[in-house]
Amino acid sequence: MVGLVLEGLGARYGKRVVLSGVDTGLLSGGGMTAVIGPNAAGKSTLFKRIAGLISGPGVVHLCDTAEGKDTICYMPQDTGANAVLTVYESVLLASKQGSGWKVQDSELHEIDRILAALKIDDLAFRSLGELSGGQRQLVSIAQALVRKPEILLMDELTSALDLFRQVEVLGFMKDLAARSNMAVMIALHDLNHALRYCDNTIVIANGTMIASGPTSDVITQELLRDVYRVDARIENCSQGRPVIIVDGSLT
Amino acid sequence: MVPVADRISGAEGHGRYRALVLRRLVLIGGLCVALFLSVAVDMALGPANYALSDVFRALFQPAAVSDQLRVIIWDIRMPIALMAVTVGASLSVAGAQMQTILANPLASPFTLGISAAAGFGAALALVGGIAVFPVATQFMVPVNAFLMAMLAALFIHFASTMRGVTVETIVLLGIALVFTFNALLALLQYLASEQALAAVVFWTMGSLTKATWPKVCITTAVLAVALPLFARRAWALTALRLGEDKAASFGINVRRLRLETMMMVSLLAAIPVSFVGTIGFVGLVGPHIARMLVGEDQRFFLPASVICGALLLSATSVVSKTLIPGAVLPIGIITALVGVPFFFALIFTHRRRSW
Ligand SMILES: Nc1ncnc2c1ncn2[C@@H]1O[C@H](COP(=O)(O)OP(=O)(O)OP(=O)(O)O)[C@@H](O)[C@H]1O
Ligand SMILES: [Mg+2]
Repeated sequence: MVGLVLEGLGARYGKRVVLSGVDTGLLSGGGMTAVIGPNAAGKSTLFKRIAGLISGPGVVHLCDTAEGKDTICYMPQDTGANAVLTVYESVLLASKQGSGWKVQDSELHEIDRILAALKIDDLAFRSLGELSGGQRQLVSIAQALVRKPEILLMDELTSALDLFRQVEVLGFMKDLAARSNMAVMIALHDLNHALRYCDNTIVIANGTMIASGPTSDVITQELLRDVYRVDARIENCSQGRPVIIVDGSLT
Repeated sequence: MVPVADRISGAEGHGRYRALVLRRLVLIGGLCVALFLSVAVDMALGPANYALSDVFRALFQPAAVSDQLRVIIWDIRMPIALMAVTVGASLSVAGAQMQTILANPLASPFTLGISAAAGFGAALALVGGIAVFPVATQFMVPVNAFLMAMLAALFIHFASTMRGVTVETIVLLGIALVFTFNALLALLQYLASEQALAAVVFWTMGSLTKATWPKVCITTAVLAVALPLFARRAWALTALRLGEDKAASFGINVRRLRLETMMMVSLLAAIPVSFVGTIGFVGLVGPHIARMLVGEDQRFFLPASVICGALLLSATSVVSKTLIPGAVLPIGIITALVGVPFFFALIFTHRRRSW
């Protein structure tokens, strides 16, 4: 089973330590892990550290991953790009890194398939600069998926998407993770999404890990009070699923 | 549910992509033909004008034409015509990759101060007889120009690797360099004798007339080294235009890619300038025209930049000979006069975003 374990992970920018002490159990393939926490907590930093883009103490243990360049794929938060490229080209670009100039038909069919799955095939030949924020985010997701990673880190996966797309994309990713036995980590701000779609949750605040474990154990009223400073209840809805109801902010 | 019509168009994505690629290849082919014709016309024009058919005969059947025609075409006009091609190509590719790695549409050898530094180096030799590096007198101007250009490029490069320096800062630094070197140049001109002043002014206007076969060979050699290096990194360079984070997430070592590209770009920018003087416009506009025509996939953008730059300078060379009969105007003046209207036309007729 593909998976990863984080042990004593930390990160710094230059000399400034912005993240420390991230320890988790096995985050296994086939499921999704939410990374939550306030703004500037260090969620994006954690992803960059796991992807090896910045350095820091600790180790990322990978289990059962095939030796290859695309074990871990990180989808950055910022998707603004003004390149004169079509959506189709930008996805092709993601899949062709490190290979030759020649483009096989099979590679193009794969792109067709992914764009259709994300329902952005009608955008294929629009230029990147003309897209809306949410459309760009979907393109970014396509760029990550086309690389077929075993471990996929998606930063702010849903923050630019409308309600329909949020639900659709999260459902799609959960499905995909289960089907292709991929370990998916997503940074989220909507905790109801974490409750609904993610098996495990890691909480980061002020550059340290506050909690990690099964989502329903981690997201509690106390956590909402201490980390998010909101007065909230977690209640089961009429279908029996836990939902967060926010009553107000604490000062 | 997504409408059926969209589904169908989606299934044809690969077909549309292939068609797009074909269209670009045809465009690049067309540019090549235009370049070839422009070079031929360039060689036909001069103090004695020849018919194009004579030029082609001199090119392809040198034994069948008169000695005089052969000497004029091969020894006198061809180095100049080819110098226009190689210098245009070098400056355009240099500009294209500067724009790519600095993510800035204003980047070019000219706007980042590399040309201005070269101009100052040349003026040092022409006015004061000062050699930055001791060489024989006849090489002093190009060697000085080259060294100063390299120095400016290295300064820009090392500044860009410093922490906290963004691509916007780099362009600001470049503009500061332009002003600094132009001020130093003006100071030299103020101090110069009348004869030296004329030489400096002529040099800074840029001219192909001093082209020789060895100079053509050197600029070609630099291109021959740089282009395959860029071609090998085509996907990575294109990815850089999606943003630094995105490129890094694709497994690209962004720092190293920038460094290596900047080194090559410095050579590409410094060598032509040291031979032919300041030719500003090509390095900025050549890549923009290429981008408008074929987009930014470097597999097409790179060759298109090469050819657009070459064509722009070659066409300029033709115009510089025909504008005032009997006189060959300095090409640096004409580049802007020819390039600007063409560039405007492209910008205003082009519906798609161009940066
Ligand atoms: N390149 C950088 N250089 C220096 N400090 C940085 C850099 N990027 C982020 N930081 C700092 O690191 C800390 C964590 O930032 P990070 O981007 O990981 O937050 P985040 O949890 O992703 O926040 P958000 O929810 O707003 O995306 C912040 O204090 C931020 O200012
Ligand atoms: Mg973030």
